[in-house]
This record gives sequence, C-alpha cells and structure tokens, in this order.
Amino acid sequence: MKKVSQKIYFGVIMAFLYLPIIYLIAYSFNDGKTSVWKGFTLKWYEALFSDAQIMTSLYNTLIVAILASVISTILGTAAAIGIYNFKGGVRSAIQNVSNIPIINPEIVTGVSLMLLFTFAGVMMGFEMGFVTVLLAHIGFCTPYVILNVTPRIRQMDSSVYEAALDLGCSPIQAFFKVVLHELMPGILSGFLISFTYSLDDFVITYFTRGSKFQTLPIQIYTMTHQRINPKANALSALMFVIIIVLLIISNAVSARRERQEAR
Amino acid sequence: MKSKATSYPYLLWMLVFTVIPLLMVIYYAFTDSTGAFSLHNFVNASDYSEVFLYSLYVALISTLICLVLAYPLAFSISRCTESKQRIIVMFLMVPMWMNFLLRIYAWVLILQNYGPLDTILSFFGLDLTLIGNTGAVVVGMVYEFLPFMILPIHAVMSKIDDSLIEAAQDLGCSGVYVFRKVIFPLSVPGIISGITMVFVPTASTFLVAQYLGGTQFMIGDVIERVFQSDHHTGSAIALVLMVVILGFLVFMNRFGDKEAVTG
Repeated sequence: MKKVSQKIYFGVIMAFLYLPIIYLIAYSFNDGKTSVWKGFTLKWYEALFSDAQIMTSLYNTLIVAILASVISTILGTAAAIGIYNFKGGVRSAIQNVSNIPIINPEIVTGVSLMLLFTFAGVMMGFEMGFVTVLLAHIGFCTPYVILNVTPRIRQMDSSVYEAALDLGCSPIQAFFKVVLHELMPGILSGFLISFTYSLDDFVITYFTRGSKFQTLPIQIYTMTHQRINPKANALSALMFVIIIVLLIISNAVSARRERQEAR
Repeated sequence: MKSKATSYPYLLWMLVFTVIPLLMVIYYAFTDSTGAFSLHNFVNASDYSEVFLYSLYVALISTLICLVLAYPLAFSISRCTESKQRIIVMFLMVPMWMNFLLRIYAWVLILQNYGPLDTILSFFGLDLTLIGNTGAVVVGMVYEFLPFMILPIHAVMSKIDDSLIEAAQDLGCSGVYVFRKVIFPLSVPGIISGITMVFVPTASTFLVAQYLGGTQFMIGDVIERVFQSDHHTGSAIALVLMVVILGFLVFMNRFGDKEAVTG
C-alpha cells in the first residue's frame, strides 16, 4: 500500500515536471498560433531555420560558450593549483572572493559588470558586445572550475609528482604527464559545467551585451516576451531532443567507465 | 606544483571583474550624479520596499512548497536501488537543462486565458483567472526550482546507512520515531542547501513576474528597470538585495552548523 502511494506521488511530480515541456513540444506542430489545434505542420521549424537572426544568435552562443569554457578551464586550473599553495587564512580569503560570483544573485553580478564595462567603455572608447559578454562568462565560469579542480588537488599524492621529478622529468614534463592526468576528472567536469552555464546564461549576458550582440537565450527572450511565438516551441523541442541525447550518451559513458573500473 | 604564481592571472582577474565591479556598486549607491556623497539613493530605493517584501514573500512561499513536495520524494528515491536512483536523478535534471525562459513560457501557454487549463476548469464551471497573479508566479518558481530542492536532499538521504535505520527499529523505535530521531536529523544539511538553492534565486530572479505575474513586479525586475535610467538608485537597490541575501546565507550556515552539533 505504501509502495503504491509512493509510486503515484512520484508519477505526479514527474508529470508536473514534464507535462509543460511536452505541451510546449506538441504545440510546435500546431498549424495555428492559439491553443486551438488546427492540424499538423512543420512550418514553425522551417521558420526557425530560415530566421537569420536566430541562426546568428546560435552561432554567437556557441562561440562564446566554447571560448569561455576553454579559457576558464585553463585559468581556473592554474588558479586552483596556485591557490592551493597559499597558507590557511590567505587561502580561504582568496577562495571566498572567488566564490562571490556563485553566491551573489546573478542580477547583482550582471549590473556590477555593466557598471564596470560602461565606465571602462567611456574611458577607453568601446561599446559592450561580444568581448564584454565573453569576459563576463569567463568571470562566472572560472569559480566553478576551481571548485571542481581543488578537491582533486587535495586528493593527489604529491609524492607522485616528486617521483616523476626524481625519474628525470622537468617540472613542466612532470606537470603534463603526471599532475594533469591526476586532475583530469575535475578539470573535465569544470569544463562541462562552464560550457553548459555559458550556453544557458541569460541574466548576466543581458546586462553585458550592449545593444547589438545577441545570444540564443537573449533571442528566446525577444521571441517570448509578452507574446506567443510558435517558433519558440519549435526551438524548445529541438533543445529537448538534444538534451536527452546528450544525457543518454553521458550516462552510457559513465556506466561503462564504472563497469571497467569494477573489473 | 609548489608555486603560487600560477594563480596570479586569476587573482588579477578577480580584482578587475569581481572586486572592482562590487566596489563600483557601493560607490554608485552612496553618491549622487555629481559624485558627492549622498544617501538619497536609499531614500529613492525605499519606494520599492513593498516590492522587496513581496519578492521575499514569493520566495518564502515557493521555497516552502518546494520543500514539502521534495522531501517525501527525495526520501522514497533514496530507498531505491543505486542504478534506479541514477536514472531517476537524470530525469529530474532534464528539465533543469531547458532554458529557463522557455520553461516559464510553457506556463504562460498553459495558464493563459482560453489555454488548456482554463478550458478544462471552465468546463467544470470554474471561471478563474489563472495568469497575472501571485499564484501563477509561485507556480512558475516552484516549477523552475523544484529540482534544486530534490537533488540536495536526495544526495544526503542516499548516504544514510540502512543499518542505522534497522538499528533504530531493532531498538524498538516506531516508524515515526525512526524518522524523527534518525532520518530527519541526518537530512538537515540537505534541507539547508535545498532551501538556499531555491530561496536565493527565487528572491532575486527577474522576468518570471513579468511573464506570469501581470503588473506586480519583483525586485529583480525593478533593478533592471531602474538601471535603465538611474545607475545610482539601481545600485542602492542592488546593494540592499545583496546584503539581505548574504545575511540570509550567513544565517542558514550558522543554523546548519548548530544543527550539526546538537542534532
């Protein structure tokens, strides 16, 4: 009896989480703009792909996400190693400041960067756009890289590094052959978190993009703000499919890795 | 490996893109347009104290609803086999990966006048306005942030050793007593991080109220609006928001530490 009620409750929550998305996707195939079903169509998908603005935004989003995640992974990994060598009080002070973008409400981070970029823009004669968005994204991604890499450094046996040195590696060789290998899982998850956060960021981009630079989340805002736009439904459907595929792949990969480790 | 120098680029980065922007918010909040010290911005900001309280109220209600919905679910998930747990957690995370504006937009479609829910309810003779009120905003928030409550609670509950529960039962505890004396105290850290992860973004979010709430804005919307014309008053509001959120986090941390000692 208890089991049954648990299952029903689980079903209700899952329905709550998924029905809105399914509804959104179903109406991407509706030949009509209202909630009345007028027959099957793919015209919203056609409209989506032939919309040059949306395609440009998609391109911008990917470029920013790739650059921001690569740069913050390098910056953050280097930072995590260096910060680890500071002593107690200084180290935790640095870590606290580093965590500010994670703890602070996004909107506060957004407006504070907008103040900086407007001020610097007036001083140095530039306008907000691609570069400022990229800088902002690196800013909120790097702390996540540090958070993911630091535990790996703590777990690492420093004698492995010393052994590599004793066996004739230069410090740089030892770093690339030994240390990087040990830190890799942390670096990788830091990179993936950075990539997805950058891809999905709306609030901070909104305040640092200036007037012309568009990313996909900004485009979604323009499409859906105070109106109904079936192109947004079509976009949701595509995103949903991509997310599901990626998750299944990543789950399969990690399940296989676990099986291999168990062997 | 023993060098602090690798962190220097990031330390400089933090100074420029985290510390200075926040100092600028503080500077703008305490000066007028001529650059002279002024508290007038906070007087202006106090015009929005009602919106501020409303935002905290919405955040509180949404957090409580999330907690009530998430707790039993997290518990029953944590009693499943490990492979089942992994799949369930994956399905809980899928909606989180959808762009947040699209998820809110889905609720605009569902709750709109003559939308599906409105049609069903009016079929039963219930003529309610589903959109443009606090209820719609809370539904949107709960939808947006429910996984952020389920996942941390589930994370701590899945670590509770079954033998602890069995030991309590062997020692003659009834079901309710096992819950009160074993499961609940051990799950407190998860509850605390869940509350933090829902309350902070809910209180400071913007656009959700614009999409679902009609004319009643939240503090994030106000910051965005005010910033378009007046950086000084905007900074004052952002500063107050930041201080309140940080105070809340400190309080939750203290509370968590105390629970960990006495609980």
